Amino acid sequence: MIVTLAFYAFAAVLIAAAAMVVLARNPVHAVLYLILAFFNAAALFLLAGAEFLAMILVIVYVGAVAVLFLFVVMMLDVNFAELREGFVRYLPIGAVVGVILAAELLFLASVWSLSAEAPRLLAEPVPAGVDNTTALGLILYTDYFYLFQASGVILLVAMIGAIVLTLRDRPGVKRQDVAAQTARRVEDTLALVKMKPGSGMIVVPKPEASRGEERERAVEHTPHGGH
Amino acid sequence: MEGILNWHAALPELVLALAAMALLMLGVFLRRGATDIVSPLSVGTLALTAVLVLGSDRPRVAFGGLFLVDDFAVFVKTAVLGAAAFALVLSLEWNRRERIERFEYPILVLFAALGMLMMVSANDLMSLYVGLELSSLSLYVLAAVRRDDLRASEAGLKYFVLGALASAMMLYGMSLTYGFAGTTRYEGIASAIGAGPMAIGLVVGLCFVAAGLAFKVSAVPFHMWTPDVYEGAPTPVTAFFSVAPKFAAIAVLMRVLAGPFGAAVAQWTQIIVLLAIASMLVGAFAALRQVNIKRLMAYSSIGHVGYALIGLAAGGEEGLRSVLLYMTIYVVMNLGVFGCIVAMHRQGGACERIEDLAGLSETAPGLALAMAVLMFAMAGIPPLAGFFAKLWVFLAAIEAGLWPLAVVGVLASVVSAFYYLRIVKVMYFDKPVGAFEALHGGVAVVVAFSSILTAGFVLLPSPLLMAAGGAARSLLVP
Repeated sequence: MIVTLAFYAFAAVLIAAAAMVVLARNPVHAVLYLILAFFNAAALFLLAGAEFLAMILVIVYVGAVAVLFLFVVMMLDVNFAELREGFVRYLPIGAVVGVILAAELLFLASVWSLSAEAPRLLAEPVPAGVDNTTALGLILYTDYFYLFQASGVILLVAMIGAIVLTLRDRPGVKRQDVAAQTARRVEDTLALVKMKPGSGMIVVPKPEASRGEERERAVEHTPHGGH
Repeated sequence: MEGILNWHAALPELVLALAAMALLMLGVFLRRGATDIVSPLSVGTLALTAVLVLGSDRPRVAFGGLFLVDDFAVFVKTAVLGAAAFALVLSLEWNRRERIERFEYPILVLFAALGMLMMVSANDLMSLYVGLELSSLSLYVLAAVRRDDLRASEAGLKYFVLGALASAMMLYGMSLTYGFAGTTRYEGIASAIGAGPMAIGLVVGLCFVAAGLAFKVSAVPFHMWTPDVYEGAPTPVTAFFSVAPKFAAIAVLMRVLAGPFGAAVAQWTQIIVLLAIASMLVGAFAALRQVNIKRLMAYSSIGHVGYALIGLAAGGEEGLRSVLLYMTIYVVMNLGVFGCIVAMHRQGGACERIEDLAGLSETAPGLALAMAVLMFAMAGIPPLAGFFAKLWVFLAAIEAGLWPLAVVGVLASVVSAFYYLRIVKVMYFDKPVGAFEALHGGVAVVVAFSSILTAGFVLLPSPLLMAAGGAARSLLVP
């Protein structure tokens, strides 16, 4: 009873949120509704006993994908109202396409039949006393170990690709050079000068600078100095 | 665990993957001058992997049935690795001249090759998809590797978007197949289809999987991306695209159609016949008006895929053998042609127009001779390898009773002879427009290797015939 109630509650919120994703005028609101929809879908997964999928949905989709969407929407400043201008004009054609698709789906459903072998092949033994996450882990790291590793290689290639296509060496960028910093000695940068009281300020010859840039500046700005 | 995991069967793939990662680390830490070290090492890695592939025990099944090594896989893998290595050699000097010498380039070629090996060895729709995605993702990046060039970026983006669409179509087909057959394992699908009348979902699934693979081999009507990508990508990348991924994708198409969907031969033969006829005609007629030689080669490759698909439509050991022979000879010829295109470089940049070849016979007689031999072979002039490739494909079609295919094929190859021979005419009878820069050693080796093999194939065809015959047999009798 409780479960049924919970299902209807989550499902209703999910559908309402999904509708608002499409209908909201403000794109930031749309993304927030999307997050709400993800959370409710996760709850439905929990009700179905798929707790691993539920957690993945929250972590990956809410934690990463939706936040990324939010960034994109905020940074690109796309005018969604403009994108939606032709909506009414394209509505009839869209409706026709939708009706055709629905009719085709109905047709497919009416002739739906599994192959004779399918039930036998589908009958996977479910290990007793093992929860869903453990079962997934057991199968992922044994039977599907190969695919798991191969997916890792794909992600590596995606990473290499992102770096190859976007990383640029820009000239003139000031970077911290730790080796140069630690190699700097006191006598390179600091000069101690004995001053007689009351003699006033004198320009002290700048010590041999460790960096060319600084030397240039010193030459430029202190004509009295020199080396 | 010997019987279940059996990872020794995948030793070449493991070596290739680990070597690629090690070379990546080497490149990252060396930074300056890394390309000069990583590129030759990558060529060496591909050669080492090819040796390991040739020495592998077969037939073997590994990773609980996800991975299969048989004569067919060994044949295709060796060809793919060789093609990748030669394409990499073509890129060495080019990348330096065009200022895109980045050590990631050979690494991505290695990963693309790894993906191709995995998809050729796949014995399950899931491992097929994972291998295909690995190679495709590397290829998308390679197409756009010259990122400051507008055309290259366009090529990369176009290839990525359309490739993703094709992958999605194929995944949809795979999910339908899984839904109706109850498994993604090839043997399981075969027994599900063989068990009774074919479920409608399986037919739909078959169509979608075939369409996705047809995109990858750029068969008409899924060829729209090919000319733009071939033209926009850097020439060595185009050379790589036109040989290794194409052969691997054709091999996957062969394995999927002859293996899991072997019982549905009546359904898929019509698809393949249609693809073959359309590809041959578009490849022949659309190439006539091209002025850019890379675009011309794109249409030429579409046409060649059409001829290869004739053999697949014919089916049986004879037909499958003719596809393998056709693709092997095509790969060898194409590498040489692209070697010549890479060599088309004058002061101030690369040349890509056909008229830039004018008078090549006077400025570079050796290169012109090699190009002429390859063009005659592509057109299918008798003593050269290209003629035998077409001959076997047409013979297989006639023996299978598909004579309309053979007729269209002969007519299309007559039309296509026009543009191949036009290049010979431009090289030998037009006024010279200035010499190209001196030929780089690696490029010269590839061109010489390709043209000598193409011309001398008639003298010693038996090793290739035997190997292809064994490979085709292993595909039919598991």
